[in-house]
Amino acid sequence: MHAEPGSVRVGGEPILQVRDLVKHYPLTQGILIKKQIGAVKAVDGVSFDLAAGETLGIVGESGCGKSTVARMLVHLEQPTAGAIRYKGEDITKLSGRALKAVRRNIQMVFQDPYTSLNPRMTVGDIIGEPYEIHSEVAPKGDRRRKVQDLLDVVGLNPEYINRYPHQFSGGQRQRIGIARGLALNPEIIVADEPVSALDVSVQAQVVNLLDRLQAEFGLSYVFIAHDLSIVRHISDRVGVMYLGRIVEIGTDEQIYDHPTHPYTQALLSAVPVPDPMAREHRERILLHGDVPSPANPPSGCPFRTRCWKAQERCEREVPLLAVPAVFRPADSPARHDSACHFAEEKQVVPPEGLLETPGETVVGKAVSQEKADESGQEDPPGPSDAVGHEDGPPSSGSSRAG
Amino acid sequence: MLLEVRDLHVEFHTRDGVAKAVNGVNYSVAEGETLAVLGESGSGKSVTAQAIMGILDMPPGKISGGEIVFKDRDLLKMKKEERRKIRGQEMAMIFQDALSSLNPVLSVGEQLGEMFVVHRGMSHKDARLKAVELMDRVRIPAARERVGNYPHQFSGGMRQRIMIAMAMALEPSLIIADEPTTALDVTVQAQVMDLLAELQRELNMGLILITHDLGVVADVADYIAVMYAGRIVESAPVHEIYKAPAHPYTKGLLQSIPRLDQKGQELYAIKGLPPNLLHIPPGCAFNPRCPMAQEICRGEVPPLFEVARHRESACYFWKETLDAR
Repeated sequence: MHAEPGSVRVGGEPILQVRDLVKHYPLTQGILIKKQIGAVKAVDGVSFDLAAGETLGIVGESGCGKSTVARMLVHLEQPTAGAIRYKGEDITKLSGRALKAVRRNIQMVFQDPYTSLNPRMTVGDIIGEPYEIHSEVAPKGDRRRKVQDLLDVVGLNPEYINRYPHQFSGGQRQRIGIARGLALNPEIIVADEPVSALDVSVQAQVVNLLDRLQAEFGLSYVFIAHDLSIVRHISDRVGVMYLGRIVEIGTDEQIYDHPTHPYTQALLSAVPVPDPMAREHRERILLHGDVPSPANPPSGCPFRTRCWKAQERCEREVPLLAVPAVFRPADSPARHDSACHFAEEKQVVPPEGLLETPGETVVGKAVSQEKADESGQEDPPGPSDAVGHEDGPPSSGSSRAG
Repeated sequence: MLLEVRDLHVEFHTRDGVAKAVNGVNYSVAEGETLAVLGESGSGKSVTAQAIMGILDMPPGKISGGEIVFKDRDLLKMKKEERRKIRGQEMAMIFQDALSSLNPVLSVGEQLGEMFVVHRGMSHKDARLKAVELMDRVRIPAARERVGNYPHQFSGGMRQRIMIAMAMALEPSLIIADEPTTALDVTVQAQVMDLLAELQRELNMGLILITHDLGVVADVADYIAVMYAGRIVESAPVHEIYKAPAHPYTKGLLQSIPRLDQKGQELYAIKGLPPNLLHIPPGCAFNPRCPMAQEICRGEVPPLFEVARHRESACYFWKETLDAR
């Protein structure tokens, strides 16, 4: 087996293989006689693999095509070209019963928990609806119990089964959406911005839930988001999209610690870090202008109009998504696919430990020392037992840095 | 002091009862200063801002107490016409969603120029020139050609620049920006935030930045006020709050954000949900979710304790929170 772009280097057989996926929406003119005058190239050749039990994060700005990819994966959109192979079988060519069987195994969690749940259905009906279509999964008499189990799994009270979506908060609604996604015991869950509509304090709860469910049910995730910090947290591998293409893909260390594509570098440097001290350690790459229209993408490299490295070659030649020649021979940590003619490594995220973790300052330490001295018998509160929640230590930054 | 909010109370009368959205908020902004008001949805941060601007929907909203002193005058005691003169002229607001805050059937030039026609009595022709000037100032490329374009013809970042231009038009001394970059992409977010900060410095304005994003705030704010259930639970200079939060809620928020430079095991999550404003828990509103809550927290609402100069925390255990690492 020779390596294809975006393929998994280690681990088992990929459960999902996406090859050269294209989605063009035609632009037409005229009312009666429609003439196609162009196309919005929403997705323009995307390839990646997803291994069983793996989480692939896809990041990019709005309009980059990440949600269209998600919708094609769950067959809500028919691709213009390309293949989506689920266990070797191209699902874009399936129909009827075969398609129905595959769809059961690839489920989706939507972004907005306010609009993706029918307000006139009870929670029980919403979560149980997949069983109407795939009745083989749960026989009729068994459904109510199954739905209650699912509610329990996602951390909601099983007694809420007869309530309506408006009786729940945003975070709870997203849990309902997740329970619905789990109902058919799928193998793959495509989550399109599952936490971006939630409050900060609730986001963490839902991310932890997704983590737990993955371990519990051996799920594979395609996790789509614009928030790079959350993607890093949850993903094993990360693909960065720009204007309908993946421009860089690799493991999370490769992308975050050794990015080689200028767009990834700019994206990483623009993420606001909750630490005013970080400004001194960070170089910010300010991109000029906006993302070009996908109806009229630039020739050659799609990023060249905003890139500070762009040269004449970028205008002529589309850079391929492959390991750049410079990184090929060496056993470099930056050895991963990057679609740039002039790829070079640049550290944008300061190495771990350089940034201070909240609540861990010299001042804080001194004070706690003093207090411990005074009181004598009392142990200075530790990191997790003072403010922690039983779910885990608040931060492991200091222990690893030290 | 440019603006002082003193013990402001706002409630909403709904079918289900009285929702207490703002319960005694105090904050102040000086000229050239940036105050970030941080909070989750329902914390009362936007309602406070609407009360300052005088754009609160009344009813169902009702300002049930407090003072809003702007340039030594209490806004709440002013007549409607007086307030209208201040609005736009001396204080302006930038909203989160530029597309729905701009009029879709008027060109941006007309909307920008309207400020000068209404407030300064300019002719439409002069106002249009002013509009071009403003668009240049917020660095919209080819301003002269684009002044006649409609909002939908601009990208999200450009629309937000137009909102900023409109707010800046009459050079007010106070700007309230309600989640100005939340709807934008990260790379554009940085551009817009930089522009806002730069114009603020240039015009020496007071800026109230309302946001839920701890990251955005870190780069631009001088002071931070953290709101929870209609109260300020902690306020401090920006550097100190990130270094050592003195309220368990702030601390929980800071710890629950995944970090770009770390691949954590499990995220710290604040347990539970923000309170229902119809039934705010007695005592400290955060106590049901707080890992440090004791008997006292369920009894009486904690006052703001002075932690250090310019630092306050509404937690009985602020010392322990500071000390605990």
